[in-house]
Amino acid sequence: MLNVYRALQHKAGLGQSLRSGRAFSTQLNDDHLASWQKSCWETYLSTGRGSDTLFRSISRNGSQSITVPELNVFLDSVKRRGVHPRAFKMLNELAHDHNLTPQEFKSWLVLATKFHQEHEAHFSSGYDRSPNVGERKTRSEEESFSSWNRHTMSQAVRKMQYAVRGQIVLRADELQSQGKDITYTNVGNPQSVGQPPITYYRQVMALCDLPAEDGVDHPEVYKMFPADVVERAKEVRAAVGSGGTGAYSGSQGILKFRKDVADFISKRDGHPAYPGNIFLTNGASSAIELVLTTIISSDLDGIMIPIPQYPIYSALIAKLAGRQIGYYLDESNNWAATKAELDKQLNDAQSNGLDVKALALINPGNPTGQVYSREDLEVICKFCSENGIVLLADEVYQRNVYSPDKEFLSAKKIASETPGCENLQLVSFHSTSKGVIGECGRRGGYMELHNIDSYIQAQLYKLASSGLCSNIPGQIMTSLMVKPPKKEDDSYDRFEKEEQEIFEGMKRRAISLVKGLNEVDGINCNPAEGAMYAFPKIDIPPKAIAEAEKEDMSPDTFYALSLLEETGICVVPASGFGQEEGRFGFRTTFLPPDDKIDAAIAKFKSHHENFVAKYA
Amino acid sequence: MQRLKKVVTATSIHRHHSSWFLSGNRSLNVPIGTMWPNICHKAIRSQTSQYAFRYQLYKQTSRALASLGDQIATSKPLSNVRKQLWEFYFSTGRGANALFEAIDLDENGSVEPAELKAFMIEVLRYPDGEEIDPTEIMPYAWNRLEEREAAGRSYDMKSFKKWLVAATKMSADTKNTRMLQYLSQHPSLGEQYVSDAEEEEVYTWNDETMSQSLRRMQYAVRGEVVMRADQLAAQGREILYTNIGNPHQVGQQPITYFRQILALCDLPAECGVDHPDIGAVFPKDVIERAREYREIIGPSGTGAYSHSQGILGLRKHVAEYIQNRDGYKSYAGNIFLTNGASTAISMVLQGLLASNTDAIMIPIPQYPIYSALISKLGGRQVGYELDEDLNWAVSREELDKKFAKAKKEGLDVKALAMINPGNPSGNVMAHEDIQVILEFCNDNGIVVLADEVYQTNVYAETAQFVSAKKVTLDCALRDLQLVSFHSTSKGLVGECGRRGGYMELHHIDPYVQSQLYKLASADLCAGVVGQVMTSLMLRPPQSGGESYELYEKETSSIFNGLKERAQKLVDGLNSIPGISCVPAEGAMYAFPSVELPPKAFEAAKKNGTTPDNLYALSLLEETGICVVPASGFGQKKGRVGFRTTFLHPDTVKAVKLFAEHHEKFVKQYT
Repeated sequence: MLNVYRALQHKAGLGQSLRSGRAFSTQLNDDHLASWQKSCWETYLSTGRGSDTLFRSISRNGSQSITVPELNVFLDSVKRRGVHPRAFKMLNELAHDHNLTPQEFKSWLVLATKFHQEHEAHFSSGYDRSPNVGERKTRSEEESFSSWNRHTMSQAVRKMQYAVRGQIVLRADELQSQGKDITYTNVGNPQSVGQPPITYYRQVMALCDLPAEDGVDHPEVYKMFPADVVERAKEVRAAVGSGGTGAYSGSQGILKFRKDVADFISKRDGHPAYPGNIFLTNGASSAIELVLTTIISSDLDGIMIPIPQYPIYSALIAKLAGRQIGYYLDESNNWAATKAELDKQLNDAQSNGLDVKALALINPGNPTGQVYSREDLEVICKFCSENGIVLLADEVYQRNVYSPDKEFLSAKKIASETPGCENLQLVSFHSTSKGVIGECGRRGGYMELHNIDSYIQAQLYKLASSGLCSNIPGQIMTSLMVKPPKKEDDSYDRFEKEEQEIFEGMKRRAISLVKGLNEVDGINCNPAEGAMYAFPKIDIPPKAIAEAEKEDMSPDTFYALSLLEETGICVVPASGFGQEEGRFGFRTTFLPPDDKIDAAIAKFKSHHENFVAKYA
Repeated sequence: MQRLKKVVTATSIHRHHSSWFLSGNRSLNVPIGTMWPNICHKAIRSQTSQYAFRYQLYKQTSRALASLGDQIATSKPLSNVRKQLWEFYFSTGRGANALFEAIDLDENGSVEPAELKAFMIEVLRYPDGEEIDPTEIMPYAWNRLEEREAAGRSYDMKSFKKWLVAATKMSADTKNTRMLQYLSQHPSLGEQYVSDAEEEEVYTWNDETMSQSLRRMQYAVRGEVVMRADQLAAQGREILYTNIGNPHQVGQQPITYFRQILALCDLPAECGVDHPDIGAVFPKDVIERAREYREIIGPSGTGAYSHSQGILGLRKHVAEYIQNRDGYKSYAGNIFLTNGASTAISMVLQGLLASNTDAIMIPIPQYPIYSALISKLGGRQVGYELDEDLNWAVSREELDKKFAKAKKEGLDVKALAMINPGNPSGNVMAHEDIQVILEFCNDNGIVVLADEVYQTNVYAETAQFVSAKKVTLDCALRDLQLVSFHSTSKGLVGECGRRGGYMELHHIDPYVQSQLYKLASADLCAGVVGQVMTSLMLRPPQSGGESYELYEKETSSIFNGLKERAQKLVDGLNSIPGISCVPAEGAMYAFPSVELPPKAFEAAKKNGTTPDNLYALSLLEETGICVVPASGFGQKKGRVGFRTTFLHPDTVKAVKLFAEHHEKFVKQYT
């Protein structure tokens, strides 16, 4: 084999040199090899695939192993790009007495090329210690060999990261089980931190689930339920049909509910919406996954995502082995996306050979909390329209706008009203998990396709049908969300009161939290105009940064862990969302009740002061 | 205009890449076969220009070599590249253009059928040189190829692609087009906005640029026949839907006790469990149970995201149930609550498939979620045939044979899916049957995916459900890695719309489990209502409670109905000359085979469809019965049949219609 390889190398080189008129030389040969190695390396770095080929390209003598010097020569030749500094140390520990086998090499490779070093190393052990997992039966690797293991599993899944439920949360769970009082501000999960469900929704849901004679037709039903609730429940039951909430529905969702959604959108935007273009989904997450699955067709397909972003995008893109292209939001300009930045990233991506297929826009922003103005949205819509990029508008926080001088504008409205955006291909997402309804556990949501090829829509339908349908209670909840009780209904007053209470609470805390954070020396936070989050920037002393590096963590993970251990507040380090190089920070929700938020503000302050003093 | 702009951008990419390529093409001096991933990226990206360019270089090089009278056979790396292009196309549906160029060596833009034939024989050959008969694995496509050869017409890029789709996936794209057609006329679609502009100019996200693995994916249960049925229903025809195991849709009533508890879990306390008049509406034991569940769910209630693996207290219920069922310990930490079994299967396959040579063994016939997900994820499926004559059991020989064959093709078999009780085959596997499969997997380090969603649907007196986990532990298969699935959609609850289910990991690498957790966490959690339903399904009311009697009455009426219809439907089908059906011991389906006259085969071929699709469509038009053609599940070559549920109360009456239609159909094609 080796001989054939050499011979071919030789002959092909000869052929080429004949053509180019150059003389054949051995020097040229090494160049070829280096360029081959380099492209293997690039491929691996960007997609996490092709580690076998990479192994073969480095292990040139045909043996099934790589020596450490061999690998070092190689890494130098690629200028150590993308390799974590600690990886070299690991390499020496791992292979001080033997050559690397392909399996060892692959395992090392995943660790060495991780962006967030701590993730891979700590995630699995954090999971193992998490008390909420429950009793488990596991067998250690030494005890017996599992053929499905870290080396053989999908490397795309292995590379995927999802910070919102990452290491810090696992540690928080652990502390809580040891009796420590934890304030969870890591997930926008309102009802887990005391937000009550809205009665009207729950009453209608209950009557939809109950068999008729035990529910809507029960002789005593009015003793427990207001008349308009029973009415509405009957209406919903009729829409669901005889199969009730226990049957699969059409894969796109129940038509009547999609009509409700279309009415809601038309009224909101002043432009027509069509039920045939609506898909009801298990929350916005699964809608986003449906769309990305359909868009990404090769590992050179790029999706532009905001930095910072909600990590569902990066996680799904990694899982689907596409490429993410970050466009930076300008913190000093209230997290706007500028035309110059978009163009720059698009050009860079194209010159790297990527095909930019779609762009994700989060408005109101998560984790950044800004609400985009018409001008901001026009920039993005025009950019996408001009470049034939599909716009994915994540608008799950549309109801959460607190700033009095801001108003939520949908991407669809802007696309419909801006000249030059007539052809914009747009998918918009909404969900029952946010807003003031906060029904996360229900997994309800929808997406609207605007100006999408009908062939693609049929394919989305096919994909949806392989999951059969989204859950019916979630579909009902979506319809209830977009069509609340009317003024003349019995339940209206109560509904209105509950909603206002929740909304005013969020608004109040949005202001008090940001104000409180800004009062801390070394913490800076843009106003939270919308959504459920504050995303402050923190100054971390150089000593702490050095310490974090020693511990193999990003500085803000180090900070967040310290915050957690000292104060019991569980936040998400900003690095999980992406941010400009050199910025550090975290994301916190303002969902917990006022007293907890007030207490948290004091704790943020005292912790920060202690932290700075400790590492001064 | 849009399109134009896009084209400009695309060309600029190519230009850029050509220059990159010029500087980088020296890497060609390495045997191309070993450079596969690299080439393949380029090939996909370019669609044409770049790959053609690379090919030109390659060919120039080989011409130069030839002119030197070189002895080294350059065909070796060429055939490697071709083979890999083919493999890549086959598993992912990507790179058709590159494939064309790899065949069209003289670059005149056309491929002779003879050339294509030679190419196919070459790429289908096993690595050890043994040839495969193409007429066996792609009879239709081969036939078309020969017809074209006889007519003396060559292939251009377009017709080649068309042929390729037909050859590799039995007309997936024809199906897509038909699906598109049906979908656009589907009554429940609703009003839809369609752009006035010429489509071509507007959409950059289109059939060519979308995910090609998704484009190739097929999912028969909601396929063509169903869409046609919906269309007929909208025109006022009465349709008997037997295509899907969706019990409540066809009249099965929900079980009151479960629904009452769900309702009380959802209602805020003061409007529900603590309402002063609650006793007037809900029975006592329901209220008690609901309080227990509210306690387990915790103060966040059903409206908050839960732990990504599911609420711990509910997972403990699942573990208890499994333990009682099998007599072996089960652990809540190894349970994942999921949105129905489909989601669980999708998660596990995602965790398993690492490359496009990774394969999953699936039964033939199978429930098409497996084939659909595997093709979506760009993996490979290796079918093992269940033996209809042996009550759909599988022999060790068959498993070994298919495994060896897969290995020979260079595939890496990662997992094997078994469905017990069988869907669509309706058999209930005996302890020994399961043991055969598990031992095979144990010996070969293959992960077992045990789909046991029909575990409570066992009707035959002689049959009993045995779980794969029990057999694993009974037989002390220490190394076996097993994932078992269950769901709230089947059984007697039939709560499909709830999307509840669980999977249990047994002896799975803890590292892999943590990665599955990560995967689950990216979707936050399974629907909480579904989670509650899953636990309820496994914990019926206790005897003595107020609700017990009603519960017993409801479940036994459902069970007896299913049992009776299973028997009568199979007997009825077997009484029709030309239809034969193995007894439905379990699940919800009968899967008869039908004998068709040769003319029906010809007619199907002419229409570019399968005989059983033809049969099912004709059955639908004539009788209004909507079944799923057996080809959607896979079956032995030459077998024709369909799958029908026996959920609908009218199923038994349908026997007469089956008989009439069959007779008529046979007559029509004789």
